[in-house]
Amino acid sequence: MTVVHISEARTGEDVLIALSDVSKSYRRGAQIVPVLAKLTFDIRRKEFLALMGPSGSGKSTMLNLIAGIDSPDKGSIRVGGEDITLLPEAELADWRAANVGFIFQFYNLMPVLTALENVELPLTLTSLGRRERRDRAQLALSLVGLSDRVKHLPSELSGGQQQRVAIARAIVTDPTVLVADEPTGDLDRQSAKEVLEIMQRLNRDMGKTIVMVTHDHRAAAHAKRIMSLEKGDLSYLVEQRLE
Amino acid sequence: MPLLLSYSLRNLQERKLTNFLTATGMALVVFVYAAVLMLDSGLKQTLVATGEDTNIILVRRSAEVEIQSMIDRRQARIIESQPEIMIGAEGAPLISKEVAVLISQQRRKSRQASNLLIRGVGPAALAVRPQVRIAEGRMFRQGSNEIVIGRALAGRFEDVEIGSSLRFAQRDWRIVGRFDAGGSGFDSEIWGDSEQLMQSFRRDFFSSITVRLADRSGFDALKARLEADPRLTIEAKRERTFYEEQSRLLSGFIQMLGLTLSGMFSLGAVIGATITMYAAVASRMMEVGVLRALGFRRSRILIAFLVEALLLALIGWAVAILLASLMTQVKITTLNWTSLSELAFRFVLTPGIVLRSLVFALIMGFLGGFLPAVRAARMKIVDALRVA
Repeated sequence: MTVVHISEARTGEDVLIALSDVSKSYRRGAQIVPVLAKLTFDIRRKEFLALMGPSGSGKSTMLNLIAGIDSPDKGSIRVGGEDITLLPEAELADWRAANVGFIFQFYNLMPVLTALENVELPLTLTSLGRRERRDRAQLALSLVGLSDRVKHLPSELSGGQQQRVAIARAIVTDPTVLVADEPTGDLDRQSAKEVLEIMQRLNRDMGKTIVMVTHDHRAAAHAKRIMSLEKGDLSYLVEQRLE
Repeated sequence: MPLLLSYSLRNLQERKLTNFLTATGMALVVFVYAAVLMLDSGLKQTLVATGEDTNIILVRRSAEVEIQSMIDRRQARIIESQPEIMIGAEGAPLISKEVAVLISQQRRKSRQASNLLIRGVGPAALAVRPQVRIAEGRMFRQGSNEIVIGRALAGRFEDVEIGSSLRFAQRDWRIVGRFDAGGSGFDSEIWGDSEQLMQSFRRDFFSSITVRLADRSGFDALKARLEADPRLTIEAKRERTFYEEQSRLLSGFIQMLGLTLSGMFSLGAVIGATITMYAAVASRMMEVGVLRALGFRRSRILIAFLVEALLLALIGWAVAILLASLMTQVKITTLNWTSLSELAFRFVLTPGIVLRSLVFALIMGFLGGFLPAVRAARMKIVDALRVA
């Protein structure tokens, strides 16, 4: 494992996500709490990045900004060359639909929809016909090893299986980037391992760019690069290459 | 079925009790609304059906009802000689010179007195009004003390049945038949010979004259001529218009009372739906956050929750219409405030009422669902996801 200073990481080569001078603060009553201060860094294409740091360090905020579900107070966030901070609300929604796949800590599946329908849901925003949507959702579920659970409701699946359905939902639109917020935080060790292996496979075999927030060093070890946030500063970049 | 619609529908099934109660509340309000419209429709249909389009009724100028009207025999003769009047099979003009008198008769069930309209009609009365036919017994004989009763009266009043006698105007009148006037206002009347009734009631004038036109387009010319004739103080109206006007007062009251009631009830139902939908939004904040994160626009979220509220309203409407359709079996008798006589009619469910009730229910659903849907749509994604 090599520890390098942030400035050394900005190579400019094949950058997918570029954050420049990004600041974000929240209002808590009358108080304004700064979370991120003038943050600048890049994420390369096909990267599997783990964001670590203590609670309140701003890692989830950074993930939300990259995913376009929150907006910075200052600075720009360019994804694939497009500054998403300039997009109006509705266009940003379309951008997310086309470019971002989400994996949440608590899976966040629609409880009334089956596994297949949950995976199909993002595809309803595309121009695909019903049959093609179903085929793609089936394929995504088979990629996470759940071909035999298509008709099950989330409540009929284990935590690990639900997270795999969530991964299938995240990849079904073939997004530019997958964002995962503590994807193993609610899973037992074995399920966590399975989920992380799937994510690794998606990155390695399918070239998916993944940004993952985690507290768990074991989970972070599955990434190609680890970044640590401390009070809104990316003080150190820990680069780790998988064998 | 589109997936988002199916999602809304399945969410309705998730909270069965709450949604059942909300839909029931809406159903009751829609039922009241539909019932009022059905009552009004039944009243109008009964009175409008009383009039024939080819018939003209002549009453004294500015008399709104027949009991206020007087036409003397000299005027009646002038009217009788008009060329637009159809000539019957027996070579006589189809004209019925009539007298309308109210009598008080005791109701069989409540033992309370109510007004019955006695109509003295001419020999051509049945030819002038082909919708009226003798259903049981026979027609009264001219020049006799015989009378026939409308089918809506049978069993409702003391002594009003075939074979019995009614006493009014110092005479006993024998009931010899029952006529069917096709659900019109005549069904609530008693008919007898006009000359006999006039004598008994010591009157020397008719209340109204109804004539059948040879050609319905002859109305304007006949009306203009009669109303311009200085010897006559009468007003000519199409029979249908005349009876339509008779329904206005009662119809206006029914509508005002009924719609005010449904308006007030609907406020309660809308508040109920709003509470239910707010609860639905609150319990599904995470889902809203996920949908928004996946790329569903605010407008889609708004529509999804509105659709849910509208589906609730739709269920309420379906139940209400089912209940309302049962009401068509119910017969209502009330005093017609214009003619002051008792009138029997049914709740009538028309396609128009079904449609208006649907619109009413959907408006309630929309109003109930709008604010919660706006709240869901305006929710910040990160806040919604934080709930999870």
